[in-house]
Amino acid sequence: MLSRDSSATLASAVTAFIYKEARLQDEHAYEAWEALWTDDGVYWVPANGDDIDPEKEMSIIYDNRSRISLRIKQLLTGKRHTQTPQSRLRRLVSNIELLDEQAGGDISVASNSMVFESSLRDDTIWAARNEYRLRYVDGELRMAYKKVILVNNEKALFTLSFLI
Amino acid sequence: MNVVPRASQWGELIRPDRVHGSLYSDPAIFEAELQNIWYRTWVYVGHESEVPNANDYVVKSIGPQSVIMTRDEQGKVNLLLNRCSHRGNQVCSYDKGNARSFTCPFHSWTFANDGRLVGYAFPDGYEGQDKSKLALGRVTRVQSYRGFVFGSFAAEGPDLEEHLGGAAETIDRLVRFSPEGEVEVTAGFLKHRVKANWKFILENECDGYHPAFVHSSIFGVADSAIGKLYGGASTAVTRDYGNGHTEIDLRPEFRKRDTPMSWFGTTEERLPDYTSRMKAAYGDQKAREIMIDGTPHVMIFPNLFIAEIQMFVIQPLAVDDSVQHVTALQFKGAPDMNRRLRQQTMGSVGPAGLLLADDSEMYERCHRGVLARNPEWIFLGRGAKRERQDELGFKVGHVTDEIPSRGIWRHYRSLMEAV
Repeated sequence: MLSRDSSATLASAVTAFIYKEARLQDEHAYEAWEALWTDDGVYWVPANGDDIDPEKEMSIIYDNRSRISLRIKQLLTGKRHTQTPQSRLRRLVSNIELLDEQAGGDISVASNSMVFESSLRDDTIWAARNEYRLRYVDGELRMAYKKVILVNNEKALFTLSFLI
Repeated sequence: MNVVPRASQWGELIRPDRVHGSLYSDPAIFEAELQNIWYRTWVYVGHESEVPNANDYVVKSIGPQSVIMTRDEQGKVNLLLNRCSHRGNQVCSYDKGNARSFTCPFHSWTFANDGRLVGYAFPDGYEGQDKSKLALGRVTRVQSYRGFVFGSFAAEGPDLEEHLGGAAETIDRLVRFSPEGEVEVTAGFLKHRVKANWKFILENECDGYHPAFVHSSIFGVADSAIGKLYGGASTAVTRDYGNGHTEIDLRPEFRKRDTPMSWFGTTEERLPDYTSRMKAAYGDQKAREIMIDGTPHVMIFPNLFIAEIQMFVIQPLAVDDSVQHVTALQFKGAPDMNRRLRQQTMGSVGPAGLLLADDSEMYERCHRGVLARNPEWIFLGRGAKRERQDELGFKVGHVTDEIPSRGIWRHYRSLMEAV
């Protein structure tokens, strides 16, 4: 059990981390965003509900660490046409909550976010519940897991090629 | 133009090596396509494995219309229109489930899962009414081929096997990849929406000219051997089966490699369980041939695209609004293969796919592009002077040639001219 002081310190560090992640995504700072991941990171955007089994059913994104790296490398080529030109993005993140501690000591956090995307096609609004597992690695917070539950993930979605 | 061409005028818009831009952008032409293509010819709807048990149902579509595919208590597959026969309310609001009947929430009319009206509220108001005349609407003809269920709203016309013609053999080739000879559609669908006409999707599926450019970003960083299949020196071919069905046949390249599972970027050693089941099912030599050749890359007109490891179902919603429904193919009796199929499919396709997000970007840019009317035409003449016939008499050409588009438009014209 954390003391009130250390709990407040942790909440503040976690909030700062989540805001920073949001800014790196909005500004297409691909390498800096990738550096936030632990070596065993999992980036998951389910389709067709909140709790499908990603080992059995299709997800919009279900990247292990090496596929996260591949996704970033593709964006860095400058020839990922759907992000050439890049979407203009700004997102609001709120409702940041520390959840129960995970086995193994990972910090479990959730937030809500709303993203405004302006692309060649049109302007699109995306809304999501985000669930994270964060971990201190060499004194720095890192993401070991990020699950993005889009509110409309049961519907047909337009291309989602920026970092959500 | 906003005026549907008369039968004699389609030839002015569809020439042997070019088609008019308005065919993609004119709302009146889209309405004519619904009548002459989507509500007439055979359209792929769903797969029998999506309703494995009695009373299972799954909601599908034919164009903008919602269709409930049910398996009734007798085990028969029905395609019912999701529209109450009373006042038109949708009777089913869930994507899938198990139900003996559907009760309309508006006035509580209840329909059996074979479409029969079995009851309505306060029946005394309907004294003398023949319930059998108030069943759910249904797709007029339903036929399946190796588990793939197709529907046609036309009471008469070619049967499904006639419609599939030479392309039926590609489905035979596909199901062999299961040691039990059956495809299963069990991994759930991603639904990817594009602001583009459906025919940009249809024509791109067997366009072997674009991968080297549209997908260079991923081929380069993934160390992929796919790019070479679509290069100038490739021996792969494009094929026109007639009836609008088209293929990219990559077998010549895979046979040169002469290595089982190379088509899928893997080896027999990495899929030991699958390999042993295939050899047990087909014998060593036949299993080896199947596993060298790879699965087909075939576009069954107008909406079923089997793309080696996944399948797409194209749904037109409006002249500039389409959905690609896509799932990993799964082969019965092949668990280790199926896992890899899901992982590769998830990376490649859908709204965030490393491949399909870029294709979809092209569809949307093409759609905006053809709104410009100079030049008026889409030019589809690539390889027109080097078309040849294969041993079965189908037109084939270089993998980058536009034989598939020309074949699609030839069939399209015949459907639009038929009254």
